Amino acid sequence: MPKDHGIGASPKRREDVRFLTGAGNYTDDINIHGQAYVAFLRSDVAHGRIKGVDTSAATDMPGVVRIFTGADFEGVGGLPCGWQVTDRHGEPMQEPAHPVLAQGKVRHVGDPIAAVVADTPEQARDAAEAIEVDIEELPAVIDMKAALKDGAPKVHDDLTSNLCYDWGFVEENKAAVDEAFGKAAHVTTLELVNNRLIANPMEPRVAVGDYSRATDESTLYTTSQNPHVIRLLMGAFVLGIPEHKLRVVAPDVGGGFGTKIFHYAEEAFCTFAARQLARPVKWTASRSEAFISDAHGRDHVTKIELALNGDNNFTALRTETYANMGAYLSTFAPSVPTWLHGTLMAGNYKTPLIYVNVKAVFTNTVPVDAYRGAGRPEATYQLERVIDKAARELGVDPIELRRQNFITEFPYATPVAVEYDTGDYHATMDKLLEMMDRDGFDARAAESQKRGKLRGLGVNCYIEACGIAPSNLVGQLGARAGLYESATVRVNATGSISVMTGSHSHGQGHETAFPQVIAEMLGIDESMVEIVHGDTAKTPMGMGTYGSRSLAVGGSAMVRATEKIINKAKKIAAHLLEASEADIELKDGAFTVAGTDKSVAWGDVTLAAYVPHNYPLDEIEPGLEETAFYDPANFTYPAGAYACEVEVDPDTGKVTIERFAAADDFGNVVNPMIVTGQVHGGLAQGIGQALLEGAAYDENGQLLNGSYMDYAMPRADDVPFFQVDHSCQTPCTHNPLGVKGCGEAGAIGSPPAVVNAVVDALQRAGREVTHIDMPLSPARVWAALNG
Amino acid sequence: MYAFDFEKPGSIADAVAALKDEDAQALGGGQTLIPTLKQRLAMPSKLVSLTGIAEMQGISKAGGEIVIGGATPHAAVADGVAGDYPALAELAAHIGDPAVRNRGTIGGSLANNDPAACYPAAALGSGATIVTDRREIVADDYFQGMFTTALDEGEIVTGVRFPVPEKASYMKFEQPASRFALVGVFVAKYADGVRVAVTGASEEGVFRWSEAEAALSSDFSPAALDGLSVPADGMISDLHGSGAYRAHLVAVMAKRAVAAAG
Repeated sequence: MPKDHGIGASPKRREDVRFLTGAGNYTDDINIHGQAYVAFLRSDVAHGRIKGVDTSAATDMPGVVRIFTGADFEGVGGLPCGWQVTDRHGEPMQEPAHPVLAQGKVRHVGDPIAAVVADTPEQARDAAEAIEVDIEELPAVIDMKAALKDGAPKVHDDLTSNLCYDWGFVEENKAAVDEAFGKAAHVTTLELVNNRLIANPMEPRVAVGDYSRATDESTLYTTSQNPHVIRLLMGAFVLGIPEHKLRVVAPDVGGGFGTKIFHYAEEAFCTFAARQLARPVKWTASRSEAFISDAHGRDHVTKIELALNGDNNFTALRTETYANMGAYLSTFAPSVPTWLHGTLMAGNYKTPLIYVNVKAVFTNTVPVDAYRGAGRPEATYQLERVIDKAARELGVDPIELRRQNFITEFPYATPVAVEYDTGDYHATMDKLLEMMDRDGFDARAAESQKRGKLRGLGVNCYIEACGIAPSNLVGQLGARAGLYESATVRVNATGSISVMTGSHSHGQGHETAFPQVIAEMLGIDESMVEIVHGDTAKTPMGMGTYGSRSLAVGGSAMVRATEKIINKAKKIAAHLLEASEADIELKDGAFTVAGTDKSVAWGDVTLAAYVPHNYPLDEIEPGLEETAFYDPANFTYPAGAYACEVEVDPDTGKVTIERFAAADDFGNVVNPMIVTGQVHGGLAQGIGQALLEGAAYDENGQLLNGSYMDYAMPRADDVPFFQVDHSCQTPCTHNPLGVKGCGEAGAIGSPPAVVNAVVDALQRAGREVTHIDMPLSPARVWAALNG
Repeated sequence: MYAFDFEKPGSIADAVAALKDEDAQALGGGQTLIPTLKQRLAMPSKLVSLTGIAEMQGISKAGGEIVIGGATPHAAVADGVAGDYPALAELAAHIGDPAVRNRGTIGGSLANNDPAACYPAAALGSGATIVTDRREIVADDYFQGMFTTALDEGEIVTGVRFPVPEKASYMKFEQPASRFALVGVFVAKYADGVRVAVTGASEEGVFRWSEAEAALSSDFSPAALDGLSVPADGMISDLHGSGAYRAHLVAVMAKRAVAAAG
């Protein structure tokens, strides 16, 4: 019998009522009396020298309040990078300046040159079009390998080259890895592209800056996954506003997927301009603007080699990856191809020797940063593709090859610096086999063949590192931020509870799932608990939501704070019951003296805390409010096994996904319905990457698919009814909830399953196709079939 | 968008008069024009809406032909001709999404002549007659290349007359992002021969595939198209497929259309 409340129950998402009835409060819904509007004039060339910006005609146009250019930001800080990577030689990465408005040069199509503030959005746009910009166009560098050649045009004139860093991991292992390759019985090599993606959250980015002359306080309303991080980065590094004079609010946010983690120029601009003009300033991105100003994701070019011995055991792994940074370093960009990618190259396997080389490259393209999975999808894709290729080369079952190399003993220290606390990869593979009906595949393939279709089956595993932390470790790795999370549990006088969390919900269902945890601990109804998030004025300093960390890190902070509440409430109850604190039990929302029928209700205890007439004032303070900051001991390591069955139409190259099964181990699960939904969304995005999406630049740096007319997002009919299971549960050993995180798994595990399945379909049809680069569009698959 | 004047006349005559102003632009369902205006890629002085003109609405039959008013939305065509011309109804039912089908009009689509639109294939494949405020134009004369038609400045498509074939079918292979036709082939069998019209593929817009028409006129079966192909030269080549791929798809979709027509 499934639970109907608390941990493990699936109450419907309470936030959906307002989202689905049009009552959400998104940043664009925030309108402040007297606000002006911003239009950015953006570069339409990928690389050029700014010879002049003439705003004279535009300034006199109707409604124009003021026009800002790069010159207005001289002396103002640039956008900071939050992670410093150290290269193979012990040198820090090359870190270029990132001005709020372009100074001297433009470096990608979409780079903001000037900003018009006007009374209406139309007036701002009219005036922006009237600004005359004299740009000397320079040759653009788009291809990463070309960008590293001698004599290539430099994106940043003051850097020595377009190389951000050349990272080796673990550098000390390189010689041993090379030696192992020399002794290998078999080596499988694969070159592949992890395609550049554009996140496309349903809600485009919006920023509203406000300033009070009365209090000298600035407020920024913004579409962010982490308002405290924005407050810290923008306040301390860009605008020089101390925390107590700067409030950042991220209200309802319509999807983030990583691209709303970062601190963007438009946020700093609106905050800056509001102070300058003493007037609220609002910017709402158009979808076209989002395509050329939201940070993109992925964009790796990789060569991976897998060495095996005569028994088909993996003996070594070696990779060389080119990772596109785009024109500037977005907030966490350097960490994605390194610490979120290299550390996961062991996957689910006990490969003893691994060497990962990553060259991060500046190009004249939109900056690239974390996107759902961030580094881990890139690691999983190349690893699971090369294992699949190895199985075919060796003529062995791809599932058995994986199984014989599984890590089976935990904790397990990988050769790439992380320690998996727990897992059971055979269990998820067993569950997958049960779900996918492998035995029925041949019959389904025969049926497909009757209809002229080629059927294929792809299987893969994945592991990810979630709940990103601990702070002291990431600090050693170059993070310029801590990665704890915070929670304040405020019990009100009548027993209702407000939980202020540093986590931020932008679709995850926190307002439903977090109360389940609190209610379970206290034995009260979930409806008594409200979650407050997204406002630096209301919540303790927290790091926000990304990396599937909210429940594992933020939820753990709530547990710690609630434990403090329970301890104090027991003291109050003991006093009220005239019993010893050690004898007080909390059960079903009441405090009882063990072994007796003496009890006091939750609400009586909470009332006593705020009306302390009969209260142990000599021992404890009145009130019932506790805060905890939780910094985890390790990452969590969700893992799983995925299977995909496709049909390929050999006449057109079109791939359809017929079946998809996902067996995940997320540790303990708080709300299975929400987890299933998270997996569904992740799978859709992973399938989008595998079949449909891929930002394409021409050689001049023009984005060829900067609208939905050409950039293909997955739609409901592109995906099948998913089979999703998360009953395999090895609880995380180091957080109090035993949870691991589920937000990114689907996007990490699914692309290799799809590509493995398509290659399988083609090979079963006798085609010598070993790889097709994503997206597997009909045209690409047809070309592979007819190549 | 830029500011413009707006008129919604109640008759064709008033619409024609309103369109005489310099830079005035007719507005059908706006499914192409409104996004274009939002992108500031057009700057008409005045929009003249054609959706308030009763005589341009609706579907009727006359002399063995189906007559569709120029301002009739796709959804109304999908419903209205399902019995008399199911292939045309099916085509209309799969244009865009519900919003497009309930706003977009047949006259607007034909006047725009997007090289990947569906209606041009139906009109050319059916040998339809395009009726304007001042004349009638047979489809073979009407389509003159990508986004180009025989329409004069200010001329309005007031209706379209479709001869009803014995058999017909439209097969569309969708471009993955826009879901416009990457290649769409309309096949229609009439007593005097077969017509095959191809959209989405050519740099010249919709065209008739005459070799296929000849083959199918003597043998209306998919096998009749074996070995026939259109040259890749002149086919659109872009992110979504090369000219060779599109040329290949023309033959595939043509066969499927013949098979579906039965």
